[in-house]
Amino acid sequence: MLILENVAQSYGTKQVLKGVNLQLKAGQIGCLLGPSGCGKTTALRLIAGFERLREGTIFLDGETVAGAGAHLPPERRRVGLVFQDFALFPHLDVAANVGFGLRHLKGADLRQRVREMLDLVGLAGEAGAFPHQLSGGQQQRVALARALAPRPRLLLLDEPFSSLDVELREKLSLEVRDILNQEGITALLVTHDQHEAFAMADRVGIMNQGVIQQWDTPYNLYHQPANRFVADFVGQGVLLPGKVINSRQVEIELGVLEGRIPGECDAEGGCAKCDKGCMVDVLIRPDDILHDDASPLLATVERKAFRGAEFLYTLRLPQGGRVQVLVPSHHNHAIGEGIGIRLDVDHVVAFRR
Amino acid sequence: MPGLIASGRLAPWLAAAPIALLTAVPVLVVLSALAHPDQEIWDHLWRFVLPELLVNTLWLVLGVGLGVTLLGVSLAWLTAACEYPGRRFFAWALLLPLALPAYVTAFVWLGLFDFTGPLATWLREGHGIMQLPPIRSRGGVILVMSLALYPYVYLTARAAFQGQGRRLLEAAQSLGESPWRAFWRVALPMARPGIAAGLLLAIMETLADFGTVSVFNYNTFTTAIYKAWFSLFSLPAAAQLASVLIFFVFVVALLEYQLRASRNYAASTRAAATPTRIRLGGWGAALATGWSALVFGLAFALPMWQILDWAAGVFASDFDARYLEFAWHTLLLAGLGAVLVGGLALVLGYAQRLRPGAAMRVTARVATLGYALPGAVLAVGIFIPVAWLDNQLIERLSLDGQVLGGTLLVMLLAYCARFLAVSHGPVDAGLARISRGIDEASQSLGVAGARRLWRVHLPMLRVSLLGAAALTFVDIMKELPITLMTRPFGWDTLAVRVFEMTSEGEWERAALPAAAIAIVGLLPVFLLIRHADHHAHT
Amino acid sequence: MRKSFLAALALTAIATAAPAAEVVVYSARNEQLIKPLFDAYTKETGVQVKFVTDKEGPLMARLKAEGRNTPADLFMTVDAGNLWQAAEEGLLKPVSSKTLAANVPAHLRDPDNEWFGLSVRARTVVYNPNRVKPGELSTYEDLANPKWKGRLCLRTSKKVYNQSLVAMMIWEHGEEKTEATVRGWVKNLATDPLPDDTKAMEAVAAGLCDATVVNTYYYGRLKDKKPGLPLAIFWPNQNLQNKAAGVHVNVSGAGVTRHAKHEKEAVRLLEWLSSEKAQNLYADVNMEYPANPRVKADPAVAAWGGFKQNLINVAEAGKLQAKAVMLMDRAGYK
Repeated sequence: MLILENVAQSYGTKQVLKGVNLQLKAGQIGCLLGPSGCGKTTALRLIAGFERLREGTIFLDGETVAGAGAHLPPERRRVGLVFQDFALFPHLDVAANVGFGLRHLKGADLRQRVREMLDLVGLAGEAGAFPHQLSGGQQQRVALARALAPRPRLLLLDEPFSSLDVELREKLSLEVRDILNQEGITALLVTHDQHEAFAMADRVGIMNQGVIQQWDTPYNLYHQPANRFVADFVGQGVLLPGKVINSRQVEIELGVLEGRIPGECDAEGGCAKCDKGCMVDVLIRPDDILHDDASPLLATVERKAFRGAEFLYTLRLPQGGRVQVLVPSHHNHAIGEGIGIRLDVDHVVAFRR
Repeated sequence: MPGLIASGRLAPWLAAAPIALLTAVPVLVVLSALAHPDQEIWDHLWRFVLPELLVNTLWLVLGVGLGVTLLGVSLAWLTAACEYPGRRFFAWALLLPLALPAYVTAFVWLGLFDFTGPLATWLREGHGIMQLPPIRSRGGVILVMSLALYPYVYLTARAAFQGQGRRLLEAAQSLGESPWRAFWRVALPMARPGIAAGLLLAIMETLADFGTVSVFNYNTFTTAIYKAWFSLFSLPAAAQLASVLIFFVFVVALLEYQLRASRNYAASTRAAATPTRIRLGGWGAALATGWSALVFGLAFALPMWQILDWAAGVFASDFDARYLEFAWHTLLLAGLGAVLVGGLALVLGYAQRLRPGAAMRVTARVATLGYALPGAVLAVGIFIPVAWLDNQLIERLSLDGQVLGGTLLVMLLAYCARFLAVSHGPVDAGLARISRGIDEASQSLGVAGARRLWRVHLPMLRVSLLGAAALTFVDIMKELPITLMTRPFGWDTLAVRVFEMTSEGEWERAALPAAAIAIVGLLPVFLLIRHADHHAHT
Repeated sequence: MRKSFLAALALTAIATAAPAAEVVVYSARNEQLIKPLFDAYTKETGVQVKFVTDKEGPLMARLKAEGRNTPADLFMTVDAGNLWQAAEEGLLKPVSSKTLAANVPAHLRDPDNEWFGLSVRARTVVYNPNRVKPGELSTYEDLANPKWKGRLCLRTSKKVYNQSLVAMMIWEHGEEKTEATVRGWVKNLATDPLPDDTKAMEAVAAGLCDATVVNTYYYGRLKDKKPGLPLAIFWPNQNLQNKAAGVHVNVSGAGVTRHAKHEKEAVRLLEWLSSEKAQNLYADVNMEYPANPRVKADPAVAAWGGFKQNLINVAEAGKLQAKAVMLMDRAGYK
């Protein structure tokens, strides 16, 4: 459906995108996730056609829309776009905003389609309102309806929920996902918020410094990060120094971890060659550690954050390393107190030092 | 009462009412002549003069309105949103026609393109073509006035286009509209308030114009007012005509306001995406450059070239040290006037923002009416109450001579009455672009009322205010009737020099001060555009 | 410079606390025409002349509004109609001066001596010698003859010079006959009325039309600049014996204001302006004719030939001006 091949872009001497590759199948929702300045918005604008592509190719439905000297202007790409600030036309009411892209429809057909879209986003009652009379969430939905109305081949969403409050953000992102799935829309979203990304997307690409570090399912990104950046950026966790014992064991401060020392950690130096005695960093997520009062292994509580059902404790290990652990909230320990922990690592993620 | 003021309920009125009085008093003074209508003259005008001039005035307003919109909007769009060879130059150069007094431009045009002009002579003698389309015609006046007045629309429309950013156009493009159609469906409708503000100014100036139409001997309301007053010696008849004119302007102004107020266009406060311009290439670029160059050439370069040519001819005999004094007086008056008028426009616009409603709307319209009155009429309307006040003071306090008459203070107040509309338009449009959320945010931080105007709106309005002040500046530089009537003894300006020469038909000698006005006027125009462009990019 | 600015801005009357030897003039005659004279006067007498220029209408409105407290002593303008109007509105006062009576011929001053003509402006016919034989021309009225169809150019009726000309014709012939004449002119026009005398003459020279009616000094100025233009002066109405005889003349002139604070000085200045000494300076600078019959015109002006003036008092033009304007409106003369 959407394919980016070796897409690179630079402004002056500044390289914004370097050899980006990406594939999105029909009906999939993809996401580019990364810190600000990572190039994700540029990628979006290249796909939409607002920037001219310097290097590489972009295919849409098998058609080359950009690259190799070709540049299909944005208005002919049939790519819908939901802007970060929604960019609703202030001089048009809701119905006219939604109907804006429906040039080929007239009269009853036009009204029909506009109503359909407003029903879809649950704003049938606001057809006559002007954008400035709507709440942020309503504006969001109008922007979505407007982008979807002309049945685009691809929908792009640029940080679509970032201007909304947290609660609304979660609710809307699920709603939008349902709408997109229901309509079978292929969509690509860019955001810096991983909750948003994981809630919406089937495939997420972690971007940093103009490169897609890993393009994978949210589950794999979390559990099998391809490199340190991804490991660090996605979810919580710490890297603890460890020493490889053999191809199935690695020793860290907390004990010996068993499991495959996976080839995946290849990305930054090649674990395959990491033989006995090789020094690595092992990713320890909060869910890799269990609180166990009976455990002989004690760690000191350094910080704690109440999360309703759980506490997130930051613990200091005897040799100075730090780990995080999620503990049911009836285990209320004071800062400075020593508590027992034990490892419960499902699989080992390690990077060579 | 003090409580009310402190809580800000009355403050907007206390600020707006005196500003409106500045214009209302002269207008009422002129209209008071209606108390003794001059039936005989009025009957004559009604039968023999009005039918023609109503048709003429209507055509002129429609024609010039259309002309300035076409020129102003197209050029504003090109220089604000597109990239083509010469854009940076044209962005400010296209404002330059403002720096030339319109009647001087008109005279130059007449000289160049009339039957006796070089072009027609050349065609006649060299090529046997006897007839050019006559420049002394309705079409000719409309063309020349459109060329002279389009910068008002250009300036306000450009500010509006720049304020929009590119985001909404991209939204339109993503919905399948070409940039060209996105302009029609999004940029243009959104710029409507700005365009309307500039258009209103151009129409008011058209209605008030005497000099340009006189060059073409084209009869309008204003020429009829002059005729009634200065040829038929009937002030009442002039007032009768003026009242019709005022009524007309008032209606047009309120319509414009309706058009503007019906929609709230306050843009999102979020910074727009990087302002990428539409890069024109090939034919598009050639057309854009050609069109800009054509308008610039016809509206400024050509008349300026002729003026400089004439000025060079008389430079040796006419230029002397006094020109330094004329230029200093001109700059001083225009500078002080622009600051004062801009300041009052800001206060008035802010009062409107605080107290929106029909009463304030009418107050603002009254305050800006002075621009549509023939200059001499307003000048006399101002002079009569000032002289009356002077006489009261002299008699009550047994003074030796005039207190107010012949002071710069009176001149400056008179400029306010005349030019408030010029500043009010851009300032009002600028205020409309500031979201109300900003007001509330500021209020919640404990900054309200006049302090909010100073700390919040003023910095945000910098570009609009600068535009307003620059427009007022060049307008005051060219102003005649008020300057002539209220200046202190010996206080001549460049515009007065132009008057001294043109009123005896010495156009070549008038070119020297006219060129000086244009050259002095270059500076504010240049600074204005540079500043506006700079801010659009940050 | 700064000081004068502050003084002007300040709400004080310092500036007008008048020294004795001073005259204040409101002038519709432009600065470049009067300043050399006033400078000469100051040099000769030590009396300061303060003046301000503007159009006639606003100046009169100003005098009226200022009333008793006007600083103006002398009102100077370029047309008898305006002088008459000023007198009519009570803005001037009569002056009995033997010098003025002797220097200014009776038909060039107010019958009540409220104002005096200082220079004569003759409105005459200018034609294209390549296309018109002088013999074809005779009178202003004759230009209405159908033989001039498509051959006449006229300046706009909005200019006071034409209003005065028509006003005089009304005095001479009555409204009905004059209206017929004006209608004849309009029918004969080759092009819409032109904005000024120079443009009218240029149209004649370019062959757009054959003859026009202009003030002589415009002719002088144009010929100075472009001597080659095919233009020549014709003095109309010379051979008539009735009251319409003679070239129509107007005056630029002045009168002492009703509330003059320096009346004596004003009269003295007026007398000086009409004197032999000043008259050439006054008239020649603009190629006009001196009002004082004892003073000869500038040689360049005299070279256009002598002519007989119409001797009707120019005040009549003022009286009939409004009638003339309305008549021209009726006749479609724009």
